[in-house]
Amino acid sequence: MNFMASKQPENSLLGPESDSQRTLYPYVTGTSVVALKYKDGILMAADMGGSYGSTLRYKSVERMKPIGKHSLLGASGEISDFQEILRYLDELILYDNMWDDGNSLGPKEVHNYLTRVMYNRRNKFNPLWNSLVLGGVKNGQKYLGTVSMIGVNFEDNHVATGFGNHLARPILRQEWHENLSFEDGVRLLEKCMRVLLYRDRSAVNKLQIAKITEDGVTISQPYSLKTYWEFSAFENPAQGAIGSW
Amino acid sequence: MPKEQANWSPYDNNGGSCFAVAGADYCVIAADTRMSTGYNILTRDTQKSVNYKCVMASSGFQADVKALQKHLAARHLIYQHQHNKQMSCPAMAQLLSNTLYYKRFFPYYSFNVLGGLDNEGKGCVFTYDAVGSYEKVGYSSQGSGSTLIMPFLDNQLKSPSPLLLPARDAVTPLAEAEAIDLVKTVFASASERDIYTGDKLEIVVINADGIRREYMDLRKD
Repeated sequence: MNFMASKQPENSLLGPESDSQRTLYPYVTGTSVVALKYKDGILMAADMGGSYGSTLRYKSVERMKPIGKHSLLGASGEISDFQEILRYLDELILYDNMWDDGNSLGPKEVHNYLTRVMYNRRNKFNPLWNSLVLGGVKNGQKYLGTVSMIGVNFEDNHVATGFGNHLARPILRQEWHENLSFEDGVRLLEKCMRVLLYRDRSAVNKLQIAKITEDGVTISQPYSLKTYWEFSAFENPAQGAIGSW
Repeated sequence: MPKEQANWSPYDNNGGSCFAVAGADYCVIAADTRMSTGYNILTRDTQKSVNYKCVMASSGFQADVKALQKHLAARHLIYQHQHNKQMSCPAMAQLLSNTLYYKRFFPYYSFNVLGGLDNEGKGCVFTYDAVGSYEKVGYSSQGSGSTLIMPFLDNQLKSPSPLLLPARDAVTPLAEAEAIDLVKTVFASASERDIYTGDKLEIVVINADGIRREYMDLRKD
């Protein structure tokens, strides 16, 4: 007996077909992004790993991209959702350019747009599984903000996502100060990235550091950090105790 | 087929406390500036209050708080365009209640206090829950520290019962400077025992001269 069953439109989020259309868990993920304000603008660092669960599947993923003339976006979390966000921002910047009115979207505006996108997706129970860092300089004003997958957003002098919140933020709170020079800023970021490399199992030793100033964005070539593994306490770890330590 | 469980929550508690007290010709609204998640501090310097002619301070889930503030800011602007004046405190109080109840079945996880001067220039404070039930009171606190702050306030500012007839005034007889002192004491105490309250205190004072802001450092641990 087939009564007039209510038919869902194909793209509805209700009914048994819906779950395949919503993000339920992330698949290919990027780990922490760390960023800070310095004298001339913003410095941001992220490694180039794309993990597929516990497998290090992709080793050349660029997780930081310039947005328009004044902003730099870094992302952790689901890489495909990051690429989707870049598509949204492409369209946003395109429309902004098409006005051809001498005005251009600054980092505050882009951050606001991203916040609304993330929050609205969360409201529909279909989040973009990312934590985003948005930094930039416009008319001498530096801006650094972050937004999470459920829409929690704020701006600060230094921000980090994921493990960076646990390992990098305390270092930044201790050692960050106003008007850091470029060299000091890079040194501080490298210190944070090194700790993450030692302690975050999804980190890889291939990173980029990006700089954004009034003059524009520069993203460094990928490089590796020097690491030290010769601590005597780690030598011959099984000595005195059979099995692992 | 067993029902699938969600592995993410659309809500988070970013902590913090807020508080307001009404006086004979002033109103003091205060909130701390710490934003946390779990055992982490996200930032020590966020703003939880927003002002029109009255001031709303909120704590809870920051994304919902900011969305709510944006919504009210838009409605307030439309009101100003249509009525050529700013919204009064009782009007804003009703609007906030209606806005919260509109999302009764997917609430704004935002706990608010609204403070300002009524049409006669007397202080008024409105206190809300997350779905919009509200009440005009002499003083109120919301947020993670409210369980610590409210009993102390009840002791210091005891309002006459709203059930009495004839109705008695709920506003405190304290002077403005004494009220501000009380606010500072209250938050300093709350920071001692509530892990989500601390860093910095933002105090907003509304009186006949206008609105002014003050800051005070709190414990950073």
